[in-house]
Amino acid sequence: MKSLFILVACLFVPLATLANEGAHLEVSGANLRDTASLQRGAKYFMNYCFGCHSLKYARYNRMAKDLGLTDDMVKDNLMFVAGSKVGDNITIAMTEEQGTNWFGTVAPDLSLVSRSKIGGVDWIYTYLKSFYLDPTRPYGVNNILFDKVGMPDVLWELRGTQKAVFEDGQDTAGNPTKVFVGFKREGGLPDEQFDAVVRDLANFLAYTGEPMRLERGRIGNWVILFLVIFTILAYALKKEYWRDVDH
Amino acid sequence: MSVGQDIVAWVDERFPLIKTWNEHIAQYYAPKNFNSWYFFGSLAIVVFVNQILTGIWLTMNYKPDGNLAFASVEYIMRDVNWGWLLRYMHSTGASAFFIVIYLHMFRGVMYGSFRKPRELLWIIGMVIFLALMAEAFMGYLLPWGQMSYWGAQVITSLFGAIPIIGDDLALWIRGDYVISDITLNRFFALHVVAIPMVLLVLIFVHIIALHKVGSNNPDGIEIKKGPKGNRWAKDKPADGIPFHPYYTVKDIFGVGVFLILFSAVIFYLPEFFGWFLEPDNFMPADPMKTPPHIAPVWYFTPFYAILRAVPDKFLGVMAMFAAIAMLFLLPWLDRSRVKSIRYKGILFKLALAIFSVSFVMLGFLGSQQATPTYTMLARLFSVLYFLFFIGMPFYSQIDATKPVPERVH
Repeated sequence: MKSLFILVACLFVPLATLANEGAHLEVSGANLRDTASLQRGAKYFMNYCFGCHSLKYARYNRMAKDLGLTDDMVKDNLMFVAGSKVGDNITIAMTEEQGTNWFGTVAPDLSLVSRSKIGGVDWIYTYLKSFYLDPTRPYGVNNILFDKVGMPDVLWELRGTQKAVFEDGQDTAGNPTKVFVGFKREGGLPDEQFDAVVRDLANFLAYTGEPMRLERGRIGNWVILFLVIFTILAYALKKEYWRDVDH
Repeated sequence: MSVGQDIVAWVDERFPLIKTWNEHIAQYYAPKNFNSWYFFGSLAIVVFVNQILTGIWLTMNYKPDGNLAFASVEYIMRDVNWGWLLRYMHSTGASAFFIVIYLHMFRGVMYGSFRKPRELLWIIGMVIFLALMAEAFMGYLLPWGQMSYWGAQVITSLFGAIPIIGDDLALWIRGDYVISDITLNRFFALHVVAIPMVLLVLIFVHIIALHKVGSNNPDGIEIKKGPKGNRWAKDKPADGIPFHPYYTVKDIFGVGVFLILFSAVIFYLPEFFGWFLEPDNFMPADPMKTPPHIAPVWYFTPFYAILRAVPDKFLGVMAMFAAIAMLFLLPWLDRSRVKSIRYKGILFKLALAIFSVSFVMLGFLGSQQATPTYTMLARLFSVLYFLFFIGMPFYSQIDATKPVPERVH
């Protein structure tokens, strides 16, 4: 039995090492239980992102139910594609062909972006905060987390102008390189409000990535409670049967 | 006689119902000294049944079509009632299967369960392991995510490294020049119909072979060779107890503990930090976009690390297959006078410890990008992995063993 524990312990060493890797992400503080935040996130998404990015695996009415909205509220405020019904998947009007023509690449569907990016919700949060002015790029902006990003800064009204500050430094091999030290933001919303908008957006996308996330945790508590009781009884039964085996 | 007994008697005249039940369950005498390592056999059956049942229900909504597969998995996750639970049970079950099987095999190595007269039992088990790897590999393509696609692309292209027939062989396996809809369809057929049937037959044969030779135990002592006569039968081993009810109730407890851990992953950590469900696999397969880092799922990474440790691709493939082939040879490599680690000397214990660490480290290295340091480490641990087997005929012979008692305790 002891060796089993050692084996399990050995297995966790590489796991722990891996967990430490990856880019430096800001902690979003997003909370799936904050329904108001999810509702605002849905609003921001439909207003700022939905022109190009679909949520094609999600449905309007499921979103309404999960976010505590009525179908009518969604129909009136969050459905912008002509002819779409409340039971439909959340698809966009722009075709993939148009996306390729206008942006050089298909604008990805964002249903699962919180699950396909390492860091999930924190990745989205950091990404949305990392746009900065870069006149060498076609849309005049670049992104620290996603270099040479193909999309414009859709949040520019809220962000104002954000510049990235670089310093001369060295890379790991000792060659001179530009090192990013921080952002300088002017105009737009005050820091706290801007962060809140981005947090709501990230929170909403985390929800869309796994709509049953809270439900599975809730059910899990009951399942495990049942199993613990079951296992205690099973152990007692085993003890009782084994009383007459000398060992 | 009651109606129930009448029915049993009626069946028993036409089918050996009582005889089969007694032979394999109620009067199968297993050593009384099994420890926790002996849970993993029954747990493997539990996981197998889980995979079959959840698999059947997943099939009802999954679409093996290059254009629809990815979306159909998300449909199961979102729109099918309890679909997410079925899917997580199946995806977690795949990893659980390998954890259970690896521990089951490790138990066999520790207690010498592969030694005479159980060589064939071990080999049947190894064939099950091979079938399980094929089953898992093909199943992993079905979600049709980026890692499904590119993982399968890398593994099938390995066959292309075989001289002369390689390219044709890889083409034959894929049915296309790259992984495509055709490959998805045939992997679906093999994953859902062919290999599960093979596994079912092999597991049946494995159990029949076990019941012929009898279970080994942590002492590695043959209870059949010891004194006869126990409370239940005069001609049965004195240190044996009926499998039912003693080990059935014990295994039910083991299943309870297992299900608690299994459920904890399903309900709280279904991706298990990206080890059971990888982030890249939440992006649909795109033949035009190679992910920067392709690695197989964790249960294949030890063998993948061995493959990459060899500079030549073909030799690497050979090394990878040799790493698995070594396990088949175990019954003839171990020349020790004793079976169980309890009576083996320091040499075997040291060798097994080094082997275990090597296997886990290879598993880690196989999941990482190959940097020069990691490649050197992978080479070191690959050599250690093989030394465990190649050195065994020597160190097992000269190892200072302890005297084995007459009876189990």
